[in-house]
Amino acid sequence: MSAREPLVPHFQQPLLKTPFHDRARELSQVESFVAWAGYTTVDVFTTVEQEYFAIRNAATLYDLTPMVKYRIAGADAVPYLNRLVTRDIAKLKPNRVAYSVWCNDAGHLLDDGTVFRLGETEYRLCTAERQIDWLKDSAVGFEVEVSEVTEQIAALSLQGPTSCAVLKAAGLAEAPRLKPFEIGQFSLGGRQITVSRTGFTGDLGYELWMAPDEALEIWDALMAAGRSRGIRAIGSQALNMARIEAGFLLPHVDFVSAEQTIRTGRDRSPLELGLAWLVDFDKGHFTGRRALLAERDRGPRRQLVGLDIAGNKPAHNALLYDTASGKREIGSVSSATWSPTCKRNIALAMVDAPHFKLGSIVWADIYLNRELVWERRMSRAQVVERPFFAPERRRATPPAEF
Amino acid sequence: MAEHTAPGRYDCIVIGAGHNGLVCAATLARGGRSVLVLEAQPQVGGAALTREFAPGFQVSACAHLVHLMPAALVSELDLTSHGLAWAAQSMGTTALAAESPPLIVGPGLPEPDAAAYARYSAQMHRFAQALVPLLSKVPPRLGTADWSDRAALLRLGLKIRMLGRRDMRELLRIGGMNVYDLLEEHFESAALKGALGFDAVLGTNFGPRSPGTVLTLLYRMAAEAAGGAAALSQPVGGVGALCDALSKAAVAAGAVIRLSAPVRRIVVDADHAAGVELESGERIAARIVVSSADPKTTFLQLLGTRHLDTGFVRRVNHLRARGLAAKLHLALDRAPEFSGVGSAELGGRLLIAPSLDYLERAYNHAKYGEYSSAPAMEITVPTANDAGLAPPGKHVLSAIVQYAPYDLKDGWLKERQRFTDLCIGTLERYAPGLGSSILSAELLTPLDIEHEFRISGGHWHHGELAFDQFFFVRPVPGAAQHRTPLAGLFLGGAGCHPGGGVMGIPGRNAARQILKEAA
Repeated sequence: MSAREPLVPHFQQPLLKTPFHDRARELSQVESFVAWAGYTTVDVFTTVEQEYFAIRNAATLYDLTPMVKYRIAGADAVPYLNRLVTRDIAKLKPNRVAYSVWCNDAGHLLDDGTVFRLGETEYRLCTAERQIDWLKDSAVGFEVEVSEVTEQIAALSLQGPTSCAVLKAAGLAEAPRLKPFEIGQFSLGGRQITVSRTGFTGDLGYELWMAPDEALEIWDALMAAGRSRGIRAIGSQALNMARIEAGFLLPHVDFVSAEQTIRTGRDRSPLELGLAWLVDFDKGHFTGRRALLAERDRGPRRQLVGLDIAGNKPAHNALLYDTASGKREIGSVSSATWSPTCKRNIALAMVDAPHFKLGSIVWADIYLNRELVWERRMSRAQVVERPFFAPERRRATPPAEF
Repeated sequence: MAEHTAPGRYDCIVIGAGHNGLVCAATLARGGRSVLVLEAQPQVGGAALTREFAPGFQVSACAHLVHLMPAALVSELDLTSHGLAWAAQSMGTTALAAESPPLIVGPGLPEPDAAAYARYSAQMHRFAQALVPLLSKVPPRLGTADWSDRAALLRLGLKIRMLGRRDMRELLRIGGMNVYDLLEEHFESAALKGALGFDAVLGTNFGPRSPGTVLTLLYRMAAEAAGGAAALSQPVGGVGALCDALSKAAVAAGAVIRLSAPVRRIVVDADHAAGVELESGERIAARIVVSSADPKTTFLQLLGTRHLDTGFVRRVNHLRARGLAAKLHLALDRAPEFSGVGSAELGGRLLIAPSLDYLERAYNHAKYGEYSSAPAMEITVPTANDAGLAPPGKHVLSAIVQYAPYDLKDGWLKERQRFTDLCIGTLERYAPGLGSSILSAELLTPLDIEHEFRISGGHWHHGELAFDQFFFVRPVPGAAQHRTPLAGLFLGGAGCHPGGGVMGIPGRNAARQILKEAA
């Protein structure tokens, strides 16, 4: 036997650890971990409620490292990205971020994500799915280099009304000047850190990008700086409540990437997902444009909408009907939660035409398990505007003092 | 119509004056369109071209026989009155053998193969006839609600059903088979099997044991069946003379042909084809552009990927189009003498494919990026039928040589001479003394074919003929009905159904599609 500690074979330890894993272990009180994009991440640290209220009332740290990141650079980076995604990337200025989606030839969504313009011809694409093959095949005929940099960059999401104050307290005096979707370079205790005013909570918040070997020190510095401002590490469950309130879509939950669907008719177009505002038909050709134009002319058959549902029981996975008697099925709920901040029972749902119109009334068939006895409740639901929660502070520059 | 023919304004631009480009142009012009054909070379013909390869010696530089062009097309375009004459028609096939007398393929074979051959060829011809309608039409689209698509599929199914139960079952059984196994079922003679099997792999990236080679054979036979009397023919003046006649037919119908006018790119305006830009920088406008160039050249180079969706580009990129056939041209100072071959047979097709194993061994090399150490050949001596191709008393030998892979492991620069010598050495075995009569030799590797004829990969079918690149998926889904993802841009070359060979159907069908759409 060798004296060396044996390496753990990948089939015994299939999940990677992020640079923040040690802190996650220390802070986890309920041992609730989940797999995310090949990494072990925290689902809940303490309780969902505690973590959720920290997002809306204080500041939270969320380990974003597993988010897939690609570096896209080269003379043709702009035409390349414009051919890839649905928005006009030529309009994106340096040090700005744009949310976008991209489609296959049929105009069906492959993924959504954010495009960071880091330099004149250097971009970062943050995505949910790994898709280097699609990105490389899209590069045929373009002078552009595409590489995955997920493991080279550690990322944290700092969200909540006191998040800006935390950054200031950590020594980022200029952080309040960052406008929404702006990127800035800062030094935190001598360590280089990139900060973008972006997030998945619909609240005031920032995302922090750093070298993995400096990640733990930065975590510690932020936690120390945020102690008097209620900072708290959060897991994915609390974030999920916040993102539903903000009306954001979650891959695999609100849509399935067209690369992964097996059954016909399960693909979704950006028009169906209520993302028509992201599709720029005038910028020139992009993958899926011709199919989307045809769909626009035809009119979408279904659309993702926000629902305000009677009662306080979340309509998880509920089927939707046109009448209270449940005659015709017209859609289903993909995300649902009781919104503690809005005090409303909200959901994201895919609804067939013509019922997706704003103000339409549909009926949600909600199943409740009450001590092992199932009850069924047909609840009235109204198609309402998204987001459900959009506080002014998410846009205010500089953010208010705390 | 008057304003269409104003100088410098055309309804349609056809890229490439090969046989398909010219057929397309002639058909469009006859349909009342003003047509401009742009050809990169200083002469028409594309891969169906006659040119000098040694002082005073002319050769059909790429394709050297015409056997797939439908008789109907020849008469439709009245090519005879435009100067097309045949130096030989219904040419025979002789299987050369090194140690025994050659075998003339056809009736008169020794028993028991004579009876087997009669049965086999009758059955294969019935199958070929059933597939003729499949061959000459624009393929239907799959999964549409369009009645014409459904009707076309029904017609095909009906045609196969009408073969009768036994034949239908046999066609479905052998359709996906390899030609090696099929011929083993029928024949004894190795020489006969080699000769029959060679037609299944000629110009393909297959050996006789490759799956799908019965399909390529049936395809060839169906095309020959559609060709009618003109099957296996040699025009006076070489294959290029066919294109000269086609160009006269196109011009007579009103088309304009510009030579030495290579296209740099297809111009796009508002997601619609808007014309072309020449390498000289000149721009010519047209709402319809038909490319008879191969799909990779058309989409990846002339159009550019930024006008296409990623999935489509992926399919075009994956199109298998690596050539494995080289062309050998010899200028001879006397008639070649193949052992046991009479003067009548010398005017036909001579095959070096002494057995199926010989072919399969030759193919083995190609799989690993090497040329065959004992190559197979389809040889013609065009001067035996048409003395005008060489100075008096002199002769030309033209051979298609397999296998010579496009991406040769050691590179063609280093290996060209060695392979040329190997080919001559192989010929010498069947025609002793040939080497001493050679005045000049030219070898066109697939790389040369790519450069000279501007065919990406140097594959003379513009893309492998195989199940996955056949019929309604040829060249790729999304461009199989001559339409392309870009409105106004059409494909009309050998990359389209039914494929290569000097056939003209892709060009004619592209023209018909255009005339139908904008009727």
